Amino acid sequence: MIRFNSKRLIIVILSTLIFIKPLFSAETIDPIKVNWSFKELTGKFDRASLQRGFQVYKEVCASCHSMQYLSYRNLGEPGGPEFTQEEVKAIAASVEIEDGPDSQGEMFTRQGKPSDKFKSPYPNVEASTAANGGAYPPDMSVLVKARPGGADYMYSVLMGYEEPPAGMKLDDGVYYNKYMIGQKIKMASPLSDGIVEYSDGTEATMDQMAKDVTTFLAWAAEPELEVRHKLGIKVIIYLILLTILVYLSMKKIWSRVDSEI
Amino acid sequence: MSDQEYTPKSKAGKWFNDRLPLLTLGAHLTDYPTPKNLNYWWTFGGILTFCLLTQIITGIVLAMHYVAHADLAFASVEHIMRNVNYGWLIRYIHSNGASMFFLAVYIHIFRSMFYGSYKSPREVIWIIGLLIYLLMMATAFMGYVLPWGQMSFWGATVITSLFSAIPLVGESITTWLWGAYSVDNPTLNRFFSLHYLFPFLISGLVILHIWALHVPGNNNPIGIDLKKPSKDTVPFHPYITIKDAFALLLFMIIFSGFVFFSPNVLGHSDNYIPANPLVTPAHIVPEWYLLPFYAILRSVPDKLGGVILMFGSIFILFVLPWLDTSKVRSAVFRPMYRYFYWIFVVDVLLLGYMGAMPAEGIYLTLARIGTIYYFLHFIIVLPVVGLLEKTDPVPMSISAPVLSSGADPALAKKDYDKI
Repeated sequence: MIRFNSKRLIIVILSTLIFIKPLFSAETIDPIKVNWSFKELTGKFDRASLQRGFQVYKEVCASCHSMQYLSYRNLGEPGGPEFTQEEVKAIAASVEIEDGPDSQGEMFTRQGKPSDKFKSPYPNVEASTAANGGAYPPDMSVLVKARPGGADYMYSVLMGYEEPPAGMKLDDGVYYNKYMIGQKIKMASPLSDGIVEYSDGTEATMDQMAKDVTTFLAWAAEPELEVRHKLGIKVIIYLILLTILVYLSMKKIWSRVDSEI
Repeated sequence: MSDQEYTPKSKAGKWFNDRLPLLTLGAHLTDYPTPKNLNYWWTFGGILTFCLLTQIITGIVLAMHYVAHADLAFASVEHIMRNVNYGWLIRYIHSNGASMFFLAVYIHIFRSMFYGSYKSPREVIWIIGLLIYLLMMATAFMGYVLPWGQMSFWGATVITSLFSAIPLVGESITTWLWGAYSVDNPTLNRFFSLHYLFPFLISGLVILHIWALHVPGNNNPIGIDLKKPSKDTVPFHPYITIKDAFALLLFMIIFSGFVFFSPNVLGHSDNYIPANPLVTPAHIVPEWYLLPFYAILRSVPDKLGGVILMFGSIFILFVLPWLDTSKVRSAVFRPMYRYFYWIFVVDVLLLGYMGAMPAEGIYLTLARIGTIYYFLHFIIVLPVVGLLEKTDPVPMSISAPVLSSGADPALAKKDYDKI
């Protein structure tokens, strides 16, 4: 009895989906599909890529984009770039943080500590908007989760700068990017070959940097990803085993009754 | 074993039970005679209880870390995701749990529609169930506002603005709901308060729902009245408990798939952008489980008309037991109704899809057709089909399918297997 109904339901749902699929309209170009190491079920981040990506973020993105929900300590935590404690301390110490008030009621500046949040380039959204031609550079903490297409979209936008098609007029400070929603973006192409000198000797091609920094942003948005995947596999294996045991018990119990389960 | 026969064996048990018959209740719940032919569509009642408890438990923990303030809510959610131990797990269970809850409740409702579980003498169970469903929608809507992302803010703006369509007092009611002149901090505060309260109201209604169920007992796939207890029934424990447990585990595997491997697939990416009253998202869409109603709302050119039809589409369900004129409960023996049932399912899925699309062009036309059919199903199809339809012979009992009309038993068996 159940078999027939579930089959019917599946057929109904599938046929509805097939019927409605052609109605999808393309507002934007599909982003480039990248084979990210963190995409699959057991996916992990590429540690070296995360470290390089952090370097790109620090030297290029961070001059305009904040990342206010991350702390420097996160850079040393498992599942992330996994910098050593010394490296994390050094990274944090490279910024000056305003703290206070002290016992005299004065604000003071001090060296950053691993427990500090990433220092934002501007004091507030308004200052950041004013300094960037009226377009607020979005905070990057959860940016990958905040865009349809996620990491693929991020990478595509970084690689998607082109000459505008003939006849398209762009205002000053507006650039053409074929993957951006509306194809117009107020950020000039942030990457160019060799703009960063990688400390691990990897050649800093534009493609390499775009991949590295996107990987870093994907981790920043989902720092729990590796733990989540690992725990998920365990939970599902456990549930499957328990399901089998319960199924066998159910068969045994119901064998006393003249009925199908 | 009937309830009256039960007496606790121990002296202490008897002493307590004479004063508060909890043990009698326990005995009733374990012995409760249940039709032995219930299929897996009947396991969703237990699954829904699990969903409610999961939402309450994870929700209580989230409320320990969440800050209901327009300036801090978004950051506090990120704090839960990043700094609270397993905060990401608790939040993802809660956010995906809402979707799983609705998935289960829709299956539960459509099961009831297929097997005629809403019909006499079970109308009150059906109505209490609809009240639970209404409260669930309100709770889920307010919960979606709490992270204070773009969809939270604009979803709240769209839905609360619906009340402004009420003539004369609409504007005042909306301002009263908001506690301000737009969706703002007071709105967030009261939504949090109510979002915490409603699940407990739902729990109370669930108890009434089960109580009302235990008066006539379960309906069953062939929709006939059973003698209870009899050869056609089994005690709830261990037969139904073990079967519910098995189905629940399968459900949990799917649930875990979402939580651990695609926790954001059912949400909208815009909700990871902090709420900004000055920037309207390109398309404001509610969560998937509210989409059919959203499609109905937008298919009417007039705002008040849209609001009336949207609420009407839910309230019409309350009179479903009286709109369906057929005396036969199960669609298994209703060849015509079976047909229209599946058309109705497709119609609701279609409306859901149109709710996610922009309200223009072909989408709007299809949404309008879907809306009209939705109401036709209840107002015309159900009453008329019940009168015109020649139902198949209904067996007298589950164990011995003796036919009431003396038709060929082999034929009836064939029909039965078809379902």
